[in-house]
Amino acid sequence: MDMELDPDEVFRDDEDDAEAEYFRERASTKELAVYLIDASPKMFLTHSPSEKHMKDESHFHITMSCILSSLKTQIISRSYDEVAICFFNTREKKNLQDLNGVFVFNVGDRESLDRPTAKFIKELSQLEEKFAKEIGSQYGIVAGSRENSLYNALWVAQALLRKGSARTADKRILLFTNEDDPFGNIKGATKTDMTRTTQQRAKDAQDLGISIELFPLSEPHKEFDLSRFYADMIGIDDDGIAEFMSAIGAKFEDMEYELKRRMIKKRIVKTLTFTIANGLAIEVNTYALVRPTVPGSTVWLDSVTNQPLKIERSFICADTGALMEEPTKRFQTYQNMNVKFSVEELSEIKRVSTAQLRLLGFKPLNCLKDYHNLRPSTFIFPTDEEVLGSTLIFVALHRSMLRLNRFAVAFYGNPSHPQLVAIVAQDEVKVAGGQVEPPGMHIIYLPYADDIRPIEEFQMSPENPVPRASDEQIDKAAALMKRIDLKGFSITQLSNPALQRHYAVLQALALEEDELPETKDKTLPDEEGMSRPTVVNAIDQFKHSVYGDQYEARSSAGDDNMSEASKKRKASAGNAVKECENYNWAEMAESGKLTTLTVVELKYYLTAHNLPVSGKKEDLISRIKMHLRK
Amino acid sequence: MARNREGLVLLLDVGPSMHHILPDVEKLCSMLVQKKLIYSKSDEVGVILFGTEETENELTKEVGGYEHVVVIQNIKVVDRDAVQTVKKLARGTVSGDFLDAIVVGMDMLIKKYGATNKGKKRMCLITDGLSPIKDPYEGSKEDQVHTIAGQFTKHGLKLECIVFRGNLPPDADEKIMAENDRILNLFPRETRAKIIHVESPTSLLGAIRTRNITPVTIFRGDLEITSELKIKVWVYKKTSEEKFPTLKKYSDKAPQFDKFAKHEVKVDYEYKSYDGSSKVVPPDQRIKGYQYGPHVVPISSDEWDAVKFKPEKGVKLLGFTDASNIMRYHYMKDVNIFIAEPGNMGATVAISALARAMKEMDKVAILRCAWRQGQRNVVIGVLTPNVSDSDIIPDSFYFNVLPFNEDIREFQFPSFGNLPTSLQPNEDQQKAADNFVMMLDLGPSDDHQEILSPDFTPNPVLERFYNCLDLKAQNPDAKVPPLDKTLKKITEPDPELFVRNKSVINAFRRHFEVKPNPKLKKSSRRFVREKPSGSDDEKEYNGISASTAADATDSKTAVKVEKIGNLTPVQDFEAMMSCRDSPEWVNKAIKDMSNKIYDLVEDSLNGDNYPKAMEMLMALRKGCIREQEPKQFNDFMRLLCGFCQKNDLQSFCDMLASEGLTLISKTEAADSDVSDEEARCFLVKKEPKTE
Repeated sequence: MDMELDPDEVFRDDEDDAEAEYFRERASTKELAVYLIDASPKMFLTHSPSEKHMKDESHFHITMSCILSSLKTQIISRSYDEVAICFFNTREKKNLQDLNGVFVFNVGDRESLDRPTAKFIKELSQLEEKFAKEIGSQYGIVAGSRENSLYNALWVAQALLRKGSARTADKRILLFTNEDDPFGNIKGATKTDMTRTTQQRAKDAQDLGISIELFPLSEPHKEFDLSRFYADMIGIDDDGIAEFMSAIGAKFEDMEYELKRRMIKKRIVKTLTFTIANGLAIEVNTYALVRPTVPGSTVWLDSVTNQPLKIERSFICADTGALMEEPTKRFQTYQNMNVKFSVEELSEIKRVSTAQLRLLGFKPLNCLKDYHNLRPSTFIFPTDEEVLGSTLIFVALHRSMLRLNRFAVAFYGNPSHPQLVAIVAQDEVKVAGGQVEPPGMHIIYLPYADDIRPIEEFQMSPENPVPRASDEQIDKAAALMKRIDLKGFSITQLSNPALQRHYAVLQALALEEDELPETKDKTLPDEEGMSRPTVVNAIDQFKHSVYGDQYEARSSAGDDNMSEASKKRKASAGNAVKECENYNWAEMAESGKLTTLTVVELKYYLTAHNLPVSGKKEDLISRIKMHLRK
Repeated sequence: MARNREGLVLLLDVGPSMHHILPDVEKLCSMLVQKKLIYSKSDEVGVILFGTEETENELTKEVGGYEHVVVIQNIKVVDRDAVQTVKKLARGTVSGDFLDAIVVGMDMLIKKYGATNKGKKRMCLITDGLSPIKDPYEGSKEDQVHTIAGQFTKHGLKLECIVFRGNLPPDADEKIMAENDRILNLFPRETRAKIIHVESPTSLLGAIRTRNITPVTIFRGDLEITSELKIKVWVYKKTSEEKFPTLKKYSDKAPQFDKFAKHEVKVDYEYKSYDGSSKVVPPDQRIKGYQYGPHVVPISSDEWDAVKFKPEKGVKLLGFTDASNIMRYHYMKDVNIFIAEPGNMGATVAISALARAMKEMDKVAILRCAWRQGQRNVVIGVLTPNVSDSDIIPDSFYFNVLPFNEDIREFQFPSFGNLPTSLQPNEDQQKAADNFVMMLDLGPSDDHQEILSPDFTPNPVLERFYNCLDLKAQNPDAKVPPLDKTLKKITEPDPELFVRNKSVINAFRRHFEVKPNPKLKKSSRRFVREKPSGSDDEKEYNGISASTAADATDSKTAVKVEKIGNLTPVQDFEAMMSCRDSPEWVNKAIKDMSNKIYDLVEDSLNGDNYPKAMEMLMALRKGCIREQEPKQFNDFMRLLCGFCQKNDLQSFCDMLASEGLTLISKTEAADSDVSDEEARCFLVKKEPKTE
């Protein structure tokens, strides 16, 4: 189903549409994912991660909470993606193939692999409590039985993913387990046989374009050993194991965080040719690592039937009123002339570079100022897929740029929005928990001269030199800063309160819950910390050093100003009430005479009744009419 | 509008040493005037040349002196003639005296406006400052500057001097240059004046802001350090992108000679239900629906207003942190600047103290901002110090918006250290890269300015647009002109820089090699051999594939696999199947592959082609399952086996049976009409027949 979008968003402007490419990553394909979760008793063992976490947590619990949080994001931002939740090593079985030890969780009339619904998420969030009763945990692979629950699970997952063509869908199996040796209980030929068939099963799935991603869960004192089974199954060689495991991070505390990160599918926005010099060009993929997340898409509905509405756009000639085709010409008024441009000519004007990304040279990092920014950056990483040698050259330049503290200046010849850019090398940053910053380069979009405003100069006063802080005042400021220091601050600590609120309300309404949930705004300053005596003392000292005894007086003077302004406002409101009484509004509205009044007169009514006074005359009139009707 | 009109006088040095740069001065000035024509139509402009042979100005008539200064346009409202005037500047013959020109310009502005229009009177001087200025009749040059500056301040005039110093002529006199610079630099100390030195034509084009935008604060109020300490600040935009102008849609419907036709197009949106009724749903009967999974949740704006997030207006400090905790690439938007409330001594000193302490300690401040009351969201951002090195400009902060947790995608990428050695540069290669990065230098140095500094780089697209606009105004059929050569220096590497570093670049080229990935290249390596058709069946296949090929080739690039060759049929097939630009490719791939397999089996001598055919058939089967095209495969299997049995090639069918290669069943592809049972029996059934 292709929903129509709000015209404000879709047809806003030709320019903005082209720009949307930067901000909104449109997925060309949808994603089909089967979460395959090991439900063996081992997954339910509780580990106390550390002293500070008093609550014991099982691998199963961590897995479920990660999947839930990922689904909650998905339902809003990528709601066309489909998911299935499938447990293996279960007591009960529920799957189309009727295989033992595999349970496909679902609700209502939703298909097993389908878009997540509010109900699905809600029931999934309550599943853990009743898991033992309704689904049950049980080892599926035991000595003396030919049963192979892992094989079965893969078979079920693959069958679920039969839906949809690989051409238009991205198919994934996400496998969560803490058992690195699933056939450990089995001996001899049976073990070899089961290992082989399971691996073949996995390979078949992969050959069908399904990617299998393993989420190994290590125990606190024992790292998941990939080499025992899974390295072969998902096709990692010996070199890859170390890389894979280091990317996962072994620490129990970070597990939830790491899992969440790995669940996100890496999406390439574009592949660019990066022209270096004299015809030497490499290929890089671009990724959008930071983009503002907006509340999900909206559609217009008929308020009576709640059915979606379609939007029809028509073009009307302003002179003749005739309906017309979408015009192919645009014009700009220039000295009382209409200068016409065809759409082709406009795009020709924008074509100022023949290359996609062309290197111009290098500069020391301190040339990149804090105000050289316009919009979110783009990450680039080399690819050898089409041009061999790209990675090697990229790595060499990356190292040189890091070592010499230089960034590259390049021209980005995007057809709709060509721009001068800075390319800054980013060194890899790793902590025990895994990769914090990936190695690569960031494209930073630079402003042009006309985009930079010389605000500082407006405050220039050659007559009286500006005051500067003395060393003592600077020292006091430094002391203050030491007191209010956010150690190890990371922006990942802060969620967008507006967005959180939006999602929470939407979820409650979708589930038809009566109570709206409370959301906490974590972006507010730490009042408690700020009122600690050491902080208060540092503030006092700084205040005294800068303002002397003037501070209190000054701010109260400000209050006086405020009240003066509000006095004025009050006075004008009083005047409006008086003026307002001079008109018979109801009668004028009735007879359509409101249009004969001036905007000033109309505003008397609005001000007197405390209504907004913004907008055009028609808006004011309709607002008055609305108010009169009530 | 008139309230905001600006009076501008251009003072242009056209003396002999300026000739080489005059074409770019003409471009800069015409851009300036053109933009006024569009964005500030009531602005007034006057143009004065100096260094000319002639003398033509009022002062010379009134008091004498002021030679070689020509007023080519008196101050008047901008029009297209003004554009043409500055597009063709006369070349002067004598070295000009910029102080004379400044006095003439000042006289014009004062005579025209008197004490009115304060702060909106501007003078723009463009010179190379290579020619000596005369000693005044009485007093020193310093006294003269002092007098002029006094007049500037008194009448609220502003002065902008652009001193162009690129490619100095060999006879340039260092002493005169130094003296001129000293004289010019006296101005900013005494009055509102700005001196800008530029070295390249490109930065000359970016040296004057071609569009005046009156700065508007986005916030005035308290920067709350804590509830006990609030600093009065004003917040402005520091950067804001000047967008490509939005052109109106043109309607040619109006009668040709209708002088008052606006030619505008109104775009109308009508909301209708999907049930086909043509009834338009009026605005008050519409409600916004929010997508939540497959559900659409209707929520009216009133409902939202009741529950939405409503932060209080205010700018609050969360705390200070090490600058290294904030990544440069996290900056999300255009940049704001925080300045102390003008005239507020306490705030100015407080900001100065904080900014300087932050700079010293390499700290930044994290803020939470709601700029306006009633705003629906807050932003988190970082304050970085902007410490001023000029006595007349106060210290301030830059503010950049940071992403929230939801805005960051933490993708994992392989470590460069773990890449195979073949992808890691060796010592020589690294050295070549180091040299390359070092030598292709655009940064500032002792003898030259930073090249392509954003602060002095014009927008090539906008420059080209306005240039084109003026051409089209003269001739509606004018073609889009090629990109100006001065602007090309922004989009392409500077040939001079590259020639100068030829050896470094060549060394870099020598150490690294790029070549197309052979995996993709196989297709083009493949030679074309069209097999003459044998049977009727084949003709049919060929016919279809030929037509699909014709359909598909339109949008092709050369690297793409367009047919399945004989050398690497499986790879070609996969490549074709993975072509995502048109679904036709899948059909073509399946048809072509079937064709090839058929040929192979048919041509086989004692089964020599069987293994290859088997391999291809397996690939075909996998491909058909992946793309959910079971019917095409099953039909082909039936055809192939039928053909084998008829033509005494049963051994191939046996081979299929032993490999377990059979029809695609329902379990494997939902669209298949073959049950699991049927699939299993497909070949087994036939075995007894032949035995």
